[in-house]
Amino acid sequence: MSKVYETVIGLEVHVELATKTKIFCGCSTEFGGAPNTHTCPVCTGMPGSLPVLNKAVVEKAVAVGLATNCNITRNCKFDRKNYFYPDNPQNYQISQLYYPICRDGYVEIEVEGKKKKVRIHEIHMEEDAGKLVHEERSDSSLVDFNRSGVPLIEIVSEPDMRSAEEVIAYLDKLRLIIQYLGASDCKLNEGSMRADVNLSVREVGSEEFGTRTETKNLNSFKAIARAIENERERQIDLLESGEKVVQETRRWDDNKEYSYPMRSKEDAQDYRYFPDPDLVPVIISEEWIEKIKNSQPELRDEKIIRYKEEYDIPEYDIMIITASKKMADIFEEAISLGAAPKKVSNWLMGETMRLMKETDTEADNLKFSAENLAKLIKLIEDKAINGTVAKEVFEKVFAEDINPEKYVDDNGLRTVNDEGALRETIQKIIDANPKSVEDIRNGKQKAIGFLVGQTMKEMKGKADPSEVNRIIKEILG
Amino acid sequence: MVITDETIEYVGILAKLELSGEEKEQAKKDMTNMLEYVGKLNELDTDGVEAMSHAFPISNVFREDEVTNGDDRENLLKNAPDKKDGCYRVPKTFD
Repeated sequence: MSKVYETVIGLEVHVELATKTKIFCGCSTEFGGAPNTHTCPVCTGMPGSLPVLNKAVVEKAVAVGLATNCNITRNCKFDRKNYFYPDNPQNYQISQLYYPICRDGYVEIEVEGKKKKVRIHEIHMEEDAGKLVHEERSDSSLVDFNRSGVPLIEIVSEPDMRSAEEVIAYLDKLRLIIQYLGASDCKLNEGSMRADVNLSVREVGSEEFGTRTETKNLNSFKAIARAIENERERQIDLLESGEKVVQETRRWDDNKEYSYPMRSKEDAQDYRYFPDPDLVPVIISEEWIEKIKNSQPELRDEKIIRYKEEYDIPEYDIMIITASKKMADIFEEAISLGAAPKKVSNWLMGETMRLMKETDTEADNLKFSAENLAKLIKLIEDKAINGTVAKEVFEKVFAEDINPEKYVDDNGLRTVNDEGALRETIQKIIDANPKSVEDIRNGKQKAIGFLVGQTMKEMKGKADPSEVNRIIKEILG
Repeated sequence: MVITDETIEYVGILAKLELSGEEKEQAKKDMTNMLEYVGKLNELDTDGVEAMSHAFPISNVFREDEVTNGDDRENLLKNAPDKKDGCYRVPKTFD
């Protein structure tokens, strides 16, 4: 008893590339069209149709390969993977088996302060399948081929991970690299990034790998962590009771939090790969690679270094802001529009994070524009609104990306800078609160706060509290 | 090379075909013939010859990433044996 087991994990990550068109035809990849309105003879597998490779797919795949330290295959080819399933109209998927576009890379991850390399076995290009909708109370399914032919890359890691934490760090690293490259938006919950977990267990110290299983249908980091824990326990239980782990593909059920085998034993797994005769080889020259390298945008690690040099903001803020391409973009754009880096950072770290938490919004899904944040910051700088009003306006900016200048004017939220009007109100408050005035005269400074509060209330928040404070002191001598 | 009963059985499963005994015999004969025909190539010495995936020496045929296809759903669905709500209708299938 009490053997100590180690979990060995490798990942197959599918990423939908952010191209305008599909991998082999000029159909749009746009999400959410009515069923089958983004299809043509090629992506519905009509006999006699001819696939022609989208150049942008090759360039994005090479960009990801370069950013993950891979060797680029100079002479790469496409193969057919044969299987029958109604979401696959050709009865084969065009993929790459023999000459994948990238090989032998790695990314560096950090878990609990420890750095580690996760090696990438290969990255290959392939096409996505269509979508099946199962009709309730009927014996039929409906097929929508809008996703059929959407370009994917599959990133296959070596079995280098040992825990759910390492898996999540690895996925996060890939997500950030790919998002920064603009190669994909990498949203797990929307399926533009999908991870299949290959997992086996072995006794600590053992050199040999155990029998592995593959778990699919993992749509969130939480599901991945749970599925890993669950599968590890399941395999250890089998081994402890003297049984064997069966090599199989399992499907995770996120509601019931367990996995079950996907295919029955009668289903032979034999894809009979062979080179696709419809597609000619892709030869990637040194010049082409150089060109892609030179047009690569600044990646996160580079951004972190530059922010440290250029902006006077805490390292913690830099890490949070750069943890999402979207937030880093807002940050930089607001600065380019004239807002002070420190101020932008404060709004992102403070109110933005608070509202994100409150509305359960991820940074990648932020809706407001840098322009409107910059305008809001300008309004505060100009003392056109005070801090309390600004927070109120920002909630609107956050939710609906409203123009704060217009909103402030439409709702009469501008601070009253007319000192005459302000003095008049203050005098009224002073006259109405003789007790407080007496307290102040007797040295109870706290009572000033009460008068400031009353004035702000009377002014409906549209006054600068420090200004009110100054005038009260002046009147009371 | 002779196609065995086991091979025909296996290929039948892969192709999702249910063949009668008579059809199996015919398929065995046909496939054996085909393999013998291309088997001639095995007589050649191909050491040091790189495998080709395409009959013509061309490479790098690309499209630019521009949308060229519009909505042709009605025409495409004309090929479908069964359809519903703009979709192809097939026997119920699960993962």
